[in-house]
Amino acid sequence: MGYVLNRIALFPLVMLGVSVFVFVAIRLVPGDAITAMLGTEGGMLTPAQRETLTAYFGMDQNWFVQYGRWLAGLLQGDLGVSVTYGQPVLEIILDRFPLTLELAFLSMFIAIAIGLPVGIYAAINADRPSDLIVRVFAMIGQSTPNFVVALLAIYVLSVGFGVLPQMGRFVPFFDDPIGNLAQLILPAVALGTAFAAAVTRIARAAMLDVLSEDYVRTARSQGYSQSYVIWRHALPNALIPVVTLSGVEFGYLLGGAVIVEQIFALPGLGRVVLDAILQRDYALMQGVVLFIAFNFLVVNLLVDLAYAALDPRIRYGAK
Amino acid sequence: MTTFTKATAVSAIALGLAIAAPAGAQTLDVAWSQDATGLDPHTQTAFASIRLLELLYEPLVRLGPNLELQPAVAESWEFSDDATTLTFTLDADAVFHDGTPVTAADVKASFERILDEETAAAARANYTSITGIETPDDRTVVFMLDGPNVPILNGMASINAAVVSAAAIEAGTVGTEVMGSGPFTLAERTPNANARLAAFADWHGGDIAYDEISVSVLPDETAILASLRAGQADFALMTDPLVATLVTGAPGLDLLTAPTLSYHVLQLNASRAPMDQLAVRQAISCAIDRQDILDGALLGEGEVTGPLTSPAYRNDPASLFCYEQDQDRARELLAEAGFADGFEASILAANGEPPTAIAEAQLIQSQLAEVGIDLEIETQEMNVYIDRWLAGDFDMAVALNGGRVDPYTMYNRYWTEAGNLQGVSNYIDDTLDRLMEQGRVETDEDARKETFAEFERHIAEMSPWVWLFTGYTYTAQTEAVEGFEPTPTGSLFGLVDVTLAE
Repeated sequence: MGYVLNRIALFPLVMLGVSVFVFVAIRLVPGDAITAMLGTEGGMLTPAQRETLTAYFGMDQNWFVQYGRWLAGLLQGDLGVSVTYGQPVLEIILDRFPLTLELAFLSMFIAIAIGLPVGIYAAINADRPSDLIVRVFAMIGQSTPNFVVALLAIYVLSVGFGVLPQMGRFVPFFDDPIGNLAQLILPAVALGTAFAAAVTRIARAAMLDVLSEDYVRTARSQGYSQSYVIWRHALPNALIPVVTLSGVEFGYLLGGAVIVEQIFALPGLGRVVLDAILQRDYALMQGVVLFIAFNFLVVNLLVDLAYAALDPRIRYGAK
Repeated sequence: MTTFTKATAVSAIALGLAIAAPAGAQTLDVAWSQDATGLDPHTQTAFASIRLLELLYEPLVRLGPNLELQPAVAESWEFSDDATTLTFTLDADAVFHDGTPVTAADVKASFERILDEETAAAARANYTSITGIETPDDRTVVFMLDGPNVPILNGMASINAAVVSAAAIEAGTVGTEVMGSGPFTLAERTPNANARLAAFADWHGGDIAYDEISVSVLPDETAILASLRAGQADFALMTDPLVATLVTGAPGLDLLTAPTLSYHVLQLNASRAPMDQLAVRQAISCAIDRQDILDGALLGEGEVTGPLTSPAYRNDPASLFCYEQDQDRARELLAEAGFADGFEASILAANGEPPTAIAEAQLIQSQLAEVGIDLEIETQEMNVYIDRWLAGDFDMAVALNGGRVDPYTMYNRYWTEAGNLQGVSNYIDDTLDRLMEQGRVETDEDARKETFAEFERHIAEMSPWVWLFTGYTYTAQTEAVEGFEPTPTGSLFGLVDVTLAE
């Protein structure tokens, strides 16, 4: 318990570090909101017009003042207002997050539902032809970028069948679960393919490791059935690296899947970040990245807790 | 796959396709890849914003498919004989979306808003010659100009000069609430995702044959093509020639093209050595094979052009300086300038903007290498590119610059002494300045054409830039869509004439 509290106590410090980093990084990128909005027409502005816009975008103050203002707002739960959306940043995030979360869960579900059994199967059949086939497919799956899977899926469906999941009008799950899943299944497959391949490989390697351990051999020599040994003795230990991998991947997915969201025109966090960067929408960019960092911290904490649950030997904080 | 499983797969996916639309309403489903960056017609200059706003707002006049002036809020207009005053008579039937009539006071308030520096309208530069606006009655607006200015009329045919309601200006809601007099009202919009435009029943321009436009923003153009194929989109705007040309091979889809006013150009920075030497610039112009770049980078989708791209002013580019590649002459000119062994320079290109920019830079690189000029390609993200472009911080740059109907409005920013973008063009001479001024005040159409033809010959010979070609605007549509006419400006206003087969 003390460990968890310690970790949680560290959150604000990490978040502060992230906030400073994001704040500075986006401002170090050349180009500003005026350029993003007006393009080359920005050259037609008079100095007075430019001043007006600079003030409008809040760029007329020095960085310390800008950061101070933003931080003060943040502490009161105010992430600022996005100049491109004309909406409070928090509202935009909360609007987009359910989609990203759902997509992350679906991808993880696909990855584990496929990767774990296949990986275990390959480990049990190590070095047989079936193992080889699994390894080849896992290698291909892991090295195929998700956008290739996405584009292939779109191409095959639209050209071969003349259908596509509805793009551009996202239907939230609670409004229409079937419509929602029809929209998200392809993106989830695109994201889940490489993820599943990674899970397969890790699960296989971990299982192989565990199967050669003394306690597994002991269990076998005591006459337990193969499935009992695997299920009761080997699997829980083989799961630890799978949980680590899935946790980290899940954390990444919560940051939004920029390219896949772009291809399927899904309004998730990834696209918001991309749009915010392209438009130099500082408040939006800072808010979303901070939110993503927060999620990452929470997911990491949960993964650590899952460790402890899976392996009682791991006792954080115990001397 | 068997027919059965295929059909099952199709219906399984089709289950998820239905979206809410009012029963019986006819919807035109439109897809485009970039969304508007804002809703204020006076300050939004991005192509993507203008495409949306010109369906919601109206200027006094607009350009037709052949770039001819057409009535919009104004039903007629007239210059005084000396071209120093311009009088508009407003259409009595023009009303804003809330039903209030569009009056002279709204026009006056709109232009005052554009001219007010607090508004920060980049288009203000086009209207600074307006010295006063009079409104003798509700339907008459008189613009007083600081001198003869014929091009200003074409300049007003822009959504950046839209007439917004004086009440909305007063309330400060322009840009947050749409209150235009255009053919559609904005029923709903989620930025970067979608929008719904309802046909405005009281639009003074006539009836629209369908009930609403549903816009989907699909950032990936391959996805746009797929959604056309799947019948999700009826109509789409495309920008990448490599994807757009795939439409022609797809059954049931039509690709419509129009040559654009915007032009692809190799900008030389004449303020930097050795491009400050005329012979070097001319050598570069002679070393370039424009058609080869057009074929290589744009699949030949376009036309080699001189500086004037507007159909009414366009001349045969073959007569211009070194429009036929001549490497020997290029080498001679380089030797004459003292660069017989060539030189090194860099060329700036924006990543993906236009989609062909990098390919163009690579072809230019290889063509100039043949005469000994060694180019290093600097690829930059669009915003960074623009900052450097505006600062004139490049040796050479590949650009796709916007065109205008009138050569004066199109080029005075670059090629006059007082031009706002002199820092970008980095070249001016007395002849250019004189010819531009002449083009501004001349009222006789033929004389104007001759003036600009001379301007074109001169600038091609001075070669501060090497004009390459114009591309096409692309719209794709299903067979159900009829009546849309593409225009060189890329305007989608023609959607008002569309009919949808059941």
